[in-house]
Amino acid sequence: MRRELSVGRIVAWALLIVLMVLTLFPFYWMLRTAFSDNTQLPGHPSSLLPVESTLGAFKRVLGLSSVAEAQAQGGSGAAVNFWLYLRNSLIVSTVTTVCQVFFSAMAAYAFARLRWPGRDKVFALFLAALMVPPIFTTLPNFALIKNLGLLNSFAGIILPGAFMTPFAIFFLRQFFLGINRELEEAAMIDGAGHRRIFFGLIIPMSAAPITTLAILTYINSWNDYFWPLLVGQQEKVRVLTVALGVFRSQTPQGGPDWAGLMAATLIAALPMIILFVAFARRITNSIGFSGIK
Amino acid sequence: MTVTTSPPRQRRSLGDLKVAMIFLAPATLGFVVFYIWPTLRGAYLSFTEYSLLSAPKFNGLDNYERMVHDSFFWNALGVTVEYVLINIGVQTVLAVGIAMLMYRLTKSITVRAVVLLPYLVANVVVALVWYWMLDYQVGIVNQALSWIGIDPVAFFGDSHWAIPTVALINVWRHMGYTALLVFAGLQTIPSYVYEAAEVDGSTELKTFWRITLPLLRPVLVMVLVVTMIGSFQIFDTVAVTTQGGPINATRVIYYYIYERAFTRFDFGYASAMALVLFAILAVISLLQLRLLRAKESDLA
Repeated sequence: MRRELSVGRIVAWALLIVLMVLTLFPFYWMLRTAFSDNTQLPGHPSSLLPVESTLGAFKRVLGLSSVAEAQAQGGSGAAVNFWLYLRNSLIVSTVTTVCQVFFSAMAAYAFARLRWPGRDKVFALFLAALMVPPIFTTLPNFALIKNLGLLNSFAGIILPGAFMTPFAIFFLRQFFLGINRELEEAAMIDGAGHRRIFFGLIIPMSAAPITTLAILTYINSWNDYFWPLLVGQQEKVRVLTVALGVFRSQTPQGGPDWAGLMAATLIAALPMIILFVAFARRITNSIGFSGIK
Repeated sequence: MTVTTSPPRQRRSLGDLKVAMIFLAPATLGFVVFYIWPTLRGAYLSFTEYSLLSAPKFNGLDNYERMVHDSFFWNALGVTVEYVLINIGVQTVLAVGIAMLMYRLTKSITVRAVVLLPYLVANVVVALVWYWMLDYQVGIVNQALSWIGIDPVAFFGDSHWAIPTVALINVWRHMGYTALLVFAGLQTIPSYVYEAAEVDGSTELKTFWRITLPLLRPVLVMVLVVTMIGSFQIFDTVAVTTQGGPINATRVIYYYIYERAFTRFDFGYASAMALVLFAILAVISLLQLRLLRAKESDLA
């Protein structure tokens, strides 16, 4: 149905454009502030371009400027080293994603391609766990991690998410169910066992959904705040989101280090934005699927 | 099919059980240790006094009795409900609007990606950016307000504005995601329905109210359930901006549980409140599904 340019359509387009500007503006403002000189910011609160553009904020946040320099530019002077937090976030997200996706894929295979008594009941039990609000399991999980002596360790941050999430299993099971059984049977006739079918057939054939799930898992894990806040407070394992919270509470009350704060948020957000830009089509297309449970 | 050598009867009874157990082992370990066990233990802890330092001490219904008399608890519940209502109300309307605009105007992936972008950034990042933009003195939003002659608003500092502010920040983050769910739902409505409406001379608005919205109901129910469950669990935004203030105005239930457990080490009481939250969420989702008859589609 092709429609001519009507008043209604123009208004609709205008609305959509306004919405997109509203969506993008905060990102631009983050960028604009991060490149500004913090001491000059209050004088030009509505300047659309960076105020006295400088890389000072980034240097300060990445620990590349001295305490005196940082304080002169409006920073707190407290030691911040986002390189370390960046590394910690990378470790946590990578290990969580690799383990969670792999183990969930194994489980999804058992639920989708194998026949065994009680299968559907066990699967229903896994799905039911989606109902339990995270905070409810978080409290005992914290006690457990504490009793295991794993507070402030990568293991403590990573373990609860490393084995599975009900959603990941559900997501992959849907795709595995759709794979043609004849291929599997042909492989079996060739003498392939389940291990070979899983690694040589199912996984390669599901590369697309597995990648999508891995990206979503990575983003979630990167953005997670609550659990690492509880378990990973110490500098050596502190991830970016937690570091941002700490950095925010460190900024002096009188004139906060807004430029530094925005530089830090940008550093924390940038990897995910890049990941998203690279896989935008895949992620957006998966939303419709993942929502309908 | 008859490749395996095991006798048919045994295959039918046990099937691939052995293999399945191997494939399920890691996931089951994680499931039992970090989902099932903590769920049971959380329920038990809610009947105890537990400070994390010594063993939990059973104290029956004490925590629940305390909750009834705890004005902070009721305040937290009230604040959370206010948050949820604003968040869901605004978000659902906007999301349906955005989805309709996208559906009627463009299938562009870029548009969809832009709309989704805020959802992919951490809550903490979103909270900090808005914290800066909404700053009382030098925030761009108050600057913009001053251009049109409105006095600056203490978005986070005024107890009337704090919760709506936090709620709208999260609307900004989530509306694109919700819009894409609705968008996916719109695509399942067959085009002949619209063609028939057009033949009957139905106006755009009439078609929306009489056809699109009713046919969208299953999707809308799902969206409502998912967003309601999610928004009851607001934490990150509050934790990095207001931390419950001003004067308890944003101390939502999740944040209150967190404070009780991790700054006062009142673990038993926190568990009891978490269990109540769990119950509330379960009841709400059941009610929503029941009331809106989610399983019936008007199409089928």
